[in-house]
Amino acid sequence: MRHLGTMGRLGIGIPAAMLGILLAVGPALACGGLIGPNGAVNLLRTTTFAGYHGGVEHYVTAFQFAGGGGAFGSITPLPGVPSTVEKGGDWTLQRLVRETSPVRLEDLGAASAAPAASGAQELMKVKIDALDITVLKGGAADIGQWATSHGFRLPPDAPEVLAFYADRSPIFLAAAFDANAAKARGQQIGDGTPVHITIPTPNPWVPLRILALGKTGGEAIQADVFLLTDHAPTLLPVPIGTNGIRLDHDAAASASLLSDLRSDRGMEWIPSGGWLTKVAVDGTASQLSYDLAIDASGAGQPSAVAAGLALPGAAAPTTPIDLTRLFLALGLATLGLLGIGLILGGRPGSRLAG
Amino acid sequence: MRFQRAIAGLGLGLAIAVLTGVLAGTVARSNDPLIVPITIHFSHYDPSVVTVPVGRPVTFVITNTDPIDHEWIVGDAATHERHRTGTEPVHASRPTEISIPALSQKRTTVTFASPGSLQFICHLPGHEAYGMVGTVVIGASG
Repeated sequence: MRHLGTMGRLGIGIPAAMLGILLAVGPALACGGLIGPNGAVNLLRTTTFAGYHGGVEHYVTAFQFAGGGGAFGSITPLPGVPSTVEKGGDWTLQRLVRETSPVRLEDLGAASAAPAASGAQELMKVKIDALDITVLKGGAADIGQWATSHGFRLPPDAPEVLAFYADRSPIFLAAAFDANAAKARGQQIGDGTPVHITIPTPNPWVPLRILALGKTGGEAIQADVFLLTDHAPTLLPVPIGTNGIRLDHDAAASASLLSDLRSDRGMEWIPSGGWLTKVAVDGTASQLSYDLAIDASGAGQPSAVAAGLALPGAAAPTTPIDLTRLFLALGLATLGLLGIGLILGGRPGSRLAG
Repeated sequence: MRFQRAIAGLGLGLAIAVLTGVLAGTVARSNDPLIVPITIHFSHYDPSVVTVPVGRPVTFVITNTDPIDHEWIVGDAATHERHRTGTEPVHASRPTEISIPALSQKRTTVTFASPGSLQFICHLPGHEAYGMVGTVVIGASG
């Protein structure tokens, strides 16, 4: 009953699978018992695209209908206020998968899947097929209250995860998916509803910790995040595999890929050249305690704050080695001066006569 | 001599008065509920271990700082096993079983009759596994 969520911030975060938050389908079970199977919707691997060009992040993700009924939802943290939220192109995500996994075409079908008294501000409301999308602004408590008052059943780690994001950006995107409506619309299992979020932002990042929402420490999390940037990006944390993220593709984007992407709905912004990076999320919930910070400028300095590794406004850490060297230098200088003084003091000629 | 007797009598009277007062105060304090605050933050109890006396009323003041609902259910293993599979949407009728809505505070008074230790747990789905578990240690008479 959960969703995966991926967010990317190329300047923004992209949630392919947003938070796995359940919309209440019936009376909530207050004691014991797991969430009932009614309305269960299976979410498979999440695929998200974050393109950053001209100071704007384009985030494309898909909600894939994988069977079941009822309603479910997700909440995705965003790096800034979106200028538009609209239906995404039909083949962008599939084309990206094909570009980086050309021999696995058979996998394409399973690529995604997968306030009352609240102080939250509703900045935007959009309906896309069976999805009701609301862009929210507020602190962790505001967003949590809004979500619960709108039928979202938040998992126990939601307060901490919402605070993790709200401390850095108070913008969230809540999506409620009505599986019954999807069925009524004739959507088949595997059909996805792509959503394209456009976010002006100076500093892209991709929310990854949100993918672990509602999961226990050892549960596996898998997602694919595609990045298209003007220059080869520098990422933080570095995807080394053992930390839950792996670099699967890192090369200049081909002309044919850019042409194909540009021809999809809403993708006219695709530049004539760029760098394609694929980061595979393949780890456990306990590993994903961070987001993916991206320096797309070529300066090679991704933000520790954007990665969730430092708090906003925190002083830049001073490396211990600098202090050690400073004290060592001061100590040696003092010893040197004392030595000089002793030497001079011991020389007969240095004493005053008399 | 008369003066000395008067002083001795006054001292004795004073001592008796003080002793009586102390005893009365002790009795009064034993009957007053002991206040034990518990804060819920990020789906964890703080403190997670509290020590209370036997036989004296204890008022737990439970503050939920989270934007989601929580529970505070104290009892033995059988009680918790029952709640793990229970279906009551809200707890309100028993002082040992409290629902605390998001961003709210609840008070409940419990008198523990015998020494030992009991767990308090939130039985909303996934909360116990996430760590919403604490212990009441019931010590000597208060």
